[in-house]
Amino acid sequence: MADRILMKGNEAIAEAAIRAGCRHYFGYPITPQTEIAAYMAKKMPKIGGVFLQAESEIASINMVYGAAAAGMRVMTSSSSPGVSLKAEGLSYIAGSDVPALVVNVQRGGPGLGGIQPSQSDYFQATKGGGHGDYRMIVLAPASVQEMASLTIKGFDLADKYCITSMILADGTIGQMMEPITFEDTEIKTYEKPWALTGTGCARKHNIINSLYLKPDELEKKNFERYEKYKEIEKNEAMWEEYMMDDAEVCVVAFGITSRVAKNAVLTARKEGIKAGLIRPITLWPFPNAPFEAAADKVKAFISAELSMGQMIEDIKLATKCKKPVTLCNRCGGMILAPDEILDAIRNAEKGELA
Amino acid sequence: MDHKRLTLFAGHYGSGKTNIAVNYALYLAKTGKKVCIADLDIVNPYFRTKDSEKELSEAGIRLVSPQYANSNVDLPALPAESYRLVQDRSTYGIMDIGGDDRGAYALGRYADAIKSEGNYRMAFVVNCYRPLTSTVADTAEIMKEIEAACGLGFTCIVNNSNLGPETTAQTVLDSVDFVNKLSEVTGLPVWLTTAEEGVAKELTDLNVLPMKLQKKIFDIPD
Repeated sequence: MADRILMKGNEAIAEAAIRAGCRHYFGYPITPQTEIAAYMAKKMPKIGGVFLQAESEIASINMVYGAAAAGMRVMTSSSSPGVSLKAEGLSYIAGSDVPALVVNVQRGGPGLGGIQPSQSDYFQATKGGGHGDYRMIVLAPASVQEMASLTIKGFDLADKYCITSMILADGTIGQMMEPITFEDTEIKTYEKPWALTGTGCARKHNIINSLYLKPDELEKKNFERYEKYKEIEKNEAMWEEYMMDDAEVCVVAFGITSRVAKNAVLTARKEGIKAGLIRPITLWPFPNAPFEAAADKVKAFISAELSMGQMIEDIKLATKCKKPVTLCNRCGGMILAPDEILDAIRNAEKGELA
Repeated sequence: MDHKRLTLFAGHYGSGKTNIAVNYALYLAKTGKKVCIADLDIVNPYFRTKDSEKELSEAGIRLVSPQYANSNVDLPALPAESYRLVQDRSTYGIMDIGGDDRGAYALGRYADAIKSEGNYRMAFVVNCYRPLTSTVADTAEIMKEIEAACGLGFTCIVNNSNLGPETTAQTVLDSVDFVNKLSEVTGLPVWLTTAEEGVAKELTDLNVLPMKLQKKIFDIPD
C-alpha cells in the first residue's frame, strides 16, 4: 500500500510498538486510549504476539513487570485514572531496573474527571506517581507522526538504560487523525544478560527484585540508579525551538498545546511581536539547555499548558527565575485556543504579566 | 443517483461513516425528501452525528441521537426513538452505525424489521489509507465481522479513501484499483466515491458525493 497512511494517534502508538519489536501488550480499556488496545487485539494474534486484556490496571502493570523481567519488549497503555492505579507497579519496575513502555493518553482530572484531553498528569509522570526515589523517561508527542516515532524511541531508551519510558500524550493526539509515514528506522536490540530466561543449568540464576531489607544496600542501589539518571539527563534531553533566534517572548508548550502555541506565535509575528516557542519533547529529562540560553535573551516566558500550572515549575527551575514566567492555561478537558495564547504573548510583550 | 428508503453506513472505525451519513442526509434533503438520520454509534463517544446538529436542523432533517451523545458520558445506550427510522416508511432514513463489529451489534436490534421491509442499502465505507483496511483481504475480513455482528449483509461499497488534509484528486484516483478489487472479491458494486468538496470538483470521471467536513475549530500547524 501507499507510503502515507491515515492514522489515529492511538493506532500510531500501537503500530509503532509492533514495528519496534513489542510482542507483549497487557492493558485494560479506558477512554480516550482504547484504540491502542483494540489495534493490539486485532494485530498481535496475527504476528505471534500476546494481547491480553487484564482484569485490572494493577494486574496489567504487573504483567508488564513480569514480561520485562523475562527480557521481552513489553508495554501497557491507559489514561489518567488508570495510570494512578498502575503507580505501585511503576515503582516496583523502577526499583527492579527493568525496561518497559507505558502510555498515558491523558484526560481531565483529578478523580474520575472526564474524557476530554488534559495535560494535568505532568507531575505524576515527571515527579513520581509511585512511591520512592525514581524517574521515568517521559516523552511528549505533538503529532500523530511523533506518537509513532517517540514510541520507537521510547522502547530503545528503555532497553538502553533499563528504565520505564512513558509516552505522555493526551486525548486530542490520541483521537485525532493525521497522515503519517513509517520510515524504515533501524530497530536496535540489546543484550539482556540480567533477564529471567532460564539458566539451562549453565549459569547462576538471575534475580529481579525491588526488596532490599538492609538499608545500606538499598541506599547503595539508589545511589547507583541516580548515577544512571545523571547519564540520561546529560544525553537524552530533546526539544524543539521555533522562531527563538530573536525572540523576546518565549512560549513554552508541549504536546498538543505546542501546536496551538505555534499558531499563536505566527500571528504574534505578523503583529510585529518577536515571539518564539520552546517545545520540550522529553519532559524528564527536562531540557534545561535551551532555557538557560533563552533566560538571558527574552523578556518573559509563558507556560502554556492544560493544567493548573505544573510544567511552569520546571521552567522556573531551568531559568533559575531570571525572567518572569506566567501561566496561560485551561484544564478539566478544555483546550487553549490560539487567541488565548496570543493575548498572553501581547501582555508579556507589554510587560503586563499575570 | 437512486435512493433506498433506508441507507445504513457501516465500516471500520475512522473510515468516515459519520461525515458521509451527514452529507448524504443533506443531499437527500436538498432534493426535497423528508429525511431522518439516526446516530447508532455505541462505541465512540467522540466525533458524532450530533456535532452537525445545527446544519441538520437547518436543512429540516430530524436527528435521532442517544441522550448521552456529546455529553462525555461514555454510556452506550440508544434512544427508543431510533425505531422510528424503521417504522416510519414515509421518511427516508439514514443510519450511522458505530465502527467495526463492536459498533454494528447495535444494528442487530433492527435487522429483522429492515429485512422484512426490504427497501434498504447497506454501504460499507472504506478508506484504503487506514492501516487495518489497507489490504483487500483484511478489509473483506472486517466486512464479514460486521455482517456477522448485525445480521445484515452489505449491498454496496462507498469509497472514502483519503489522507485527511493531504488528500488530492490523485489520492482518490490511486484508490480506485483497490476498491475495484474489493468489489470483485466481495461481489458488491461501488455505489459512491466520497471526497471533500474541493477535491471532489476535480474528480469528474467518478460518481462522487462532494462533502463538507464536520466542524473545524481552528487550524493547527505541523
